[in-house]
Amino acid sequence: MTWELAANVVTGGLLIGLVYALMALGLSVIFGVTRIVNFAHGEMTVLAMFAAVILFRQFGLDPILMSPIVAAGLFALGYGLQRYLVAPFVTRPEHEQFILLLAVAFALTNGMLIVFGPEAQGILTDYSFDSYEIGPLIVDKTKAIAGLISLVVAALLLGFFRYSATGRAIRACADNLIGAGVVGLNVPYLYALTFAIGAATVGVAGCLLSIIMDATPVLGPELTLLAFIIVIVGGLGSMTGALLGGVLIGVSEALAGLLFTPSLKSMLSFGLLILVLVVRPQGLFGKSGAR
Amino acid sequence: MLSVRDLTLFYGDAQALDGVGFDIGEGEIVAIVGANGAGKTSLIRAVAGMERPAGGTIRFRGADIAGWPPHRICNTGIGQVAEGRQIFPSLSVMENLQMGAMLPRARKRFRQSLDEVIALFPRLEERRDQAAGTLSGGEQQMLAIGRCLMGRPELILFDEPSLGLAPTIVADVFRIIRRLHEGGMSIVLVEQNVSASLRLSSRAYVLENGRVVAEGASAELANDPRIRQAYLGL
Repeated sequence: MTWELAANVVTGGLLIGLVYALMALGLSVIFGVTRIVNFAHGEMTVLAMFAAVILFRQFGLDPILMSPIVAAGLFALGYGLQRYLVAPFVTRPEHEQFILLLAVAFALTNGMLIVFGPEAQGILTDYSFDSYEIGPLIVDKTKAIAGLISLVVAALLLGFFRYSATGRAIRACADNLIGAGVVGLNVPYLYALTFAIGAATVGVAGCLLSIIMDATPVLGPELTLLAFIIVIVGGLGSMTGALLGGVLIGVSEALAGLLFTPSLKSMLSFGLLILVLVVRPQGLFGKSGAR
Repeated sequence: MLSVRDLTLFYGDAQALDGVGFDIGEGEIVAIVGANGAGKTSLIRAVAGMERPAGGTIRFRGADIAGWPPHRICNTGIGQVAEGRQIFPSLSVMENLQMGAMLPRARKRFRQSLDEVIALFPRLEERRDQAAGTLSGGEQQMLAIGRCLMGRPELILFDEPSLGLAPTIVADVFRIIRRLHEGGMSIVLVEQNVSASLRLSSRAYVLENGRVVAEGASAELANDPRIRQAYLGL
């Protein structure tokens, strides 16, 4: 094995890791604010992937250019889901929330099986096999675009929460829910908005994934699990943690394929998860003592 | 200004308020006193919309606001300085103040409110970029009051503002409440520090087991042998 090969594999893993990170960021945002764990996260990602596939196959529209449209659709779905389905469960015990979101996940997966069928469906754009040569590195164009867009969207998201008044209000809700009521923040609206933003993030991530991997309904649970591993490794509720966790998982999956066999890639991510849980249970960027 | 009638509130089967009524006029400062568990905080929370009353009316400037969500009630001009301060610990002091001004009624006058609050609490300006959770208890109470003022309230509900503060800071807090009152603010003061709140207020209501058992001018209540025995330990 040459070091060029290793560098190429690591770069590819890093770029896919950024897309994973973006997906996990959605989960992290929703949990960090509403304390609801979105068990339908991977399923929503697959829904976005299929949306991209349909737009491409039926209308010839590029998945990257369509990502704002798909994100808008997922935004509306997320808003409605929180407002009308999840909101009454916010104050209920966690296992009841768990069952509700799990039911949404099953409904989405099986709905997609009925509509799209079980076969894997991919997208072949005219740049699907292009690549960039940067010194010794050969980078797939799809992965490079997907990774960079993920980074940009993640930065926008961080900026929104840091600098916009609405973003701050959402952080305030996460920080002290009673305080949010005291100052008269519209908490039900902000919760729905948070869910919508998390879902829109997943909408973009799904579009980006659709040019890297094939969409199939059974991918949903796998992606949900992946998003979980990432946010737990990075630290629940921490946005930078989710970013770093995603990159770590992406690189470790790629290295597993290089050093052992691609089918062992999950073992390595789970190994990383166990290692983090043993050494630093709150996650790399998590606050200790957090719920 | 605010007129509460027959207010009842339940937590599950437990009755917290049982037909409570009280009034507060423009610019008045009214104390609500009583032992722990008498229903003082429940009363504040019901008026602020954070608990849904089972019955009764809460009229503020003519509109019955009973059962409205808290953000709507805040926007009518009822501010709240809650028990335990309820600041946003991981947000900076400035961000906390901005959150107080998110109400539609307050957004446009943000700069003016900020100048007023900083004139009242220069300490907050010194600590503007510091995480609010790192402030001392007294500073956090100043921040809680400042944040409330950012919403441009016309009536402020103070819930145990002296709780957990050092005696010198408590004196500061009461001085500020007096100053706000002198500036024309209407104030409802809920306190377990009965003697101080009777000195500060013009009228007072005594709550026991979710009912008003006595009301009147604060000076008279302070001389009432029953009140002196039950609440002032005299």
